[in-house]
Amino acid sequence: MHWLTRLMGIFFNLFEPLFRLGQRVLGVSRIGWLFVAPNLMVFGLFTFLPILINFVYAATGGVKLMPFERPFTGVENFGILFECRNYFDIQTCRKDVFWRAIFNTAKFSVIQVVLMVGFSLVTALVLNRKIIGRGFWRGVFFYPVLLSPVVVALIWKWLLQSQGVFNAALVATGNEPIGWLTDAGWAFFWTVFVSIWAHMGFYTLILLAGLQAIPKDMYEAAEMDAASPWRTLRRITLPLLMPNLIVVLVLAMIRAVQIFDEVFVLTGGGPGSATTFIVQFIYQTGFAEQIHLYGLAAAASLVLALGLMLLTFVQLRLTKASEAGQRAR
Amino acid sequence: MVTPVFCLRLAAIAAAISIPVVSHAADIRVMCYQDGIECTVTAELAKKFEAANPGTKVIIDVVPYKTIVEQLPVQLAAGQGPDIARVTDLGGLSKHYMDISAHVKDRAYWEANFGGTLPWLRPSATDRGIYGFMSQLTMTGPYVNKTLFEQAKIPMPGPKATWDEWVEATRKVSKATQTQAALAWDRSGHRFAGPAISYGAKILDAKGELVLDEGYKTAINKFVGWHKDGAMLKEVWGGSGGSSYADSIGEFKNGRVAMVLSGSWQINRLQKDIGNAFDWVAVPNPCGPAACTGIPGGAAWVALKTSKSPKEVGMFLDFLAQEANYAEFTSRTENIPAHAGLAKKGVPYPTATAGARAALATFSAGVANLAPAAYQFQGYRFNRALMLPTVTRVTQAIVGEMSTDEAMIKIAADMADAVKQAQK
Repeated sequence: MHWLTRLMGIFFNLFEPLFRLGQRVLGVSRIGWLFVAPNLMVFGLFTFLPILINFVYAATGGVKLMPFERPFTGVENFGILFECRNYFDIQTCRKDVFWRAIFNTAKFSVIQVVLMVGFSLVTALVLNRKIIGRGFWRGVFFYPVLLSPVVVALIWKWLLQSQGVFNAALVATGNEPIGWLTDAGWAFFWTVFVSIWAHMGFYTLILLAGLQAIPKDMYEAAEMDAASPWRTLRRITLPLLMPNLIVVLVLAMIRAVQIFDEVFVLTGGGPGSATTFIVQFIYQTGFAEQIHLYGLAAAASLVLALGLMLLTFVQLRLTKASEAGQRAR
Repeated sequence: MVTPVFCLRLAAIAAAISIPVVSHAADIRVMCYQDGIECTVTAELAKKFEAANPGTKVIIDVVPYKTIVEQLPVQLAAGQGPDIARVTDLGGLSKHYMDISAHVKDRAYWEANFGGTLPWLRPSATDRGIYGFMSQLTMTGPYVNKTLFEQAKIPMPGPKATWDEWVEATRKVSKATQTQAALAWDRSGHRFAGPAISYGAKILDAKGELVLDEGYKTAINKFVGWHKDGAMLKEVWGGSGGSSYADSIGEFKNGRVAMVLSGSWQINRLQKDIGNAFDWVAVPNPCGPAACTGIPGGAAWVALKTSKSPKEVGMFLDFLAQEANYAEFTSRTENIPAHAGLAKKGVPYPTATAGARAALATFSAGVANLAPAAYQFQGYRFNRALMLPTVTRVTQAIVGEMSTDEAMIKIAADMADAVKQAQK
């Protein structure tokens, strides 16, 4: 491979005059900008520019795709989204489906995140013990994370559909089939269950890493002091696991707010709007309906962005508080 | 170490990379979806076209129907897209169509044979351009599981039977044969419009604007009521959210319902998938107090402005529209022809079963019973502004999120919003 090293050397030497010129023009302290410029350009093109364009769409109306062809409407799209005769009755809102989606997303996020963190914690605690086949069980819990969300949803759809495995079992045992995906309550339950099943392994892994980082001598000291397992969990494990728990909590919350693909394939947002979440509302309004209301979809996505920013802010505050607590301890 | 052999190898690789990809004088990309074998037959016809026109290559991209409905409009709005597409939103996409009248051999032939449907593709009433042609006519209508009726020993209602009579008959059949439900309709505002007009819905007022009236409300009340009392299979409409399309034909093929409301484009699929499992028939559209109608429609081959080969695109569409080629397409795909000359002569369907031939005859005969409002609705540019909210809101009424009165109010509001935005 000697020739390859030489070739690379020749290649990079070609740029040396350029770097020297940049250093002369920009100065030593600012030459770093030259190195990050390509990355910044890509980031700007694919992240900042779409955000800016999203603002343009949110402030314009009509169904035309090209921003310069769209009439300026100011905050009209936000007005449409938030127009309600009675804010305590979703039905009176002009875009009631938007509010239903917000309500569903909030309900889903709270229930799913609490259960997700709880199950992940219990699973991590169990998998951290010396149980038989520990490696196998770790693989079992992590395996669904490797699956595509669409595959996950299709697997569960086949199990839950009216002529699926679950109903076949019910009928075979002399019971009436259940509308797992056509009954609003059941459909919501399964969206929560399936999303926990699919993602729990990821959060379990984070918590497991945290558990393994806790020094063993702490537990030995607790054992010598005859501390009960419950007291050890409350006084040693949970406090030292708190930074990981906060990361899991915030990541799970952000992911829950963004839920779309699994639910879209599993229930299509139905029955009715029982499992329609905010990202699906944005997708449907902007792309799935044949009269594409890009402006309304962009306005709704900015509302979502605001919600996610608030969650990120909470994460930062919690992380800081946790770090301060660690230092004080 | 850099050796002469290495240099030779490097030169060989560089030469291989730089060999230009063989290209044709004109490549025509065709975006095609198929209910049966429409794209397959078109690809075979394209081979004949290529043989007669050396240098032109026709590439058929077979895509799901969802791509045509959801992605093609976005591509076209962004100035991207294929040269030709097979579309069903005939008027809605008309601003993207390319006039090929300069490239067709005989304009009189087109006017004589497609004159009735060419206006469906034109962006305005005064326009005289040729933008493509209907690859087939379709009509919404019901299919009935004859075997289930025979097993239940219930006579099938006659050709002028009402929706209420059909619901009662299928309800009895369902009870006797233990099927999941009596009937199902495709989850589509287009399908819903037929019974709605039969129940007296005008759909468009004298000014040609969308209107919701008592007829439409009656149809919603009936439809929601049939879901609540268990006659309709809840999964098709109630199993989804938003306005997404869901067909009921799968439930029919699996023998879960005795009757479905779908359309003529399913004949090929039914014939192929059901085989000898049970006997099925297409029956005339049931009646309401105002009419016994379905909705006409169909798919069209259209030339698109995004094409960089307008001449070749025009020539290819002209080739497909010629009587012999159109007859081959219609005969093999077992569709109702939109070609007036062929419709008069009759199209042989040699591969069709007796059941499929009977169904084609039923749908062809049904064209004469279509209500004028059904034609107007099909040709109306913003018909989706009514179809889509109907699906969303009626579903919400079915699952109990709102009453049918509230659904009517919401449909009207959504419809007004969509039309207002579309006109901006």
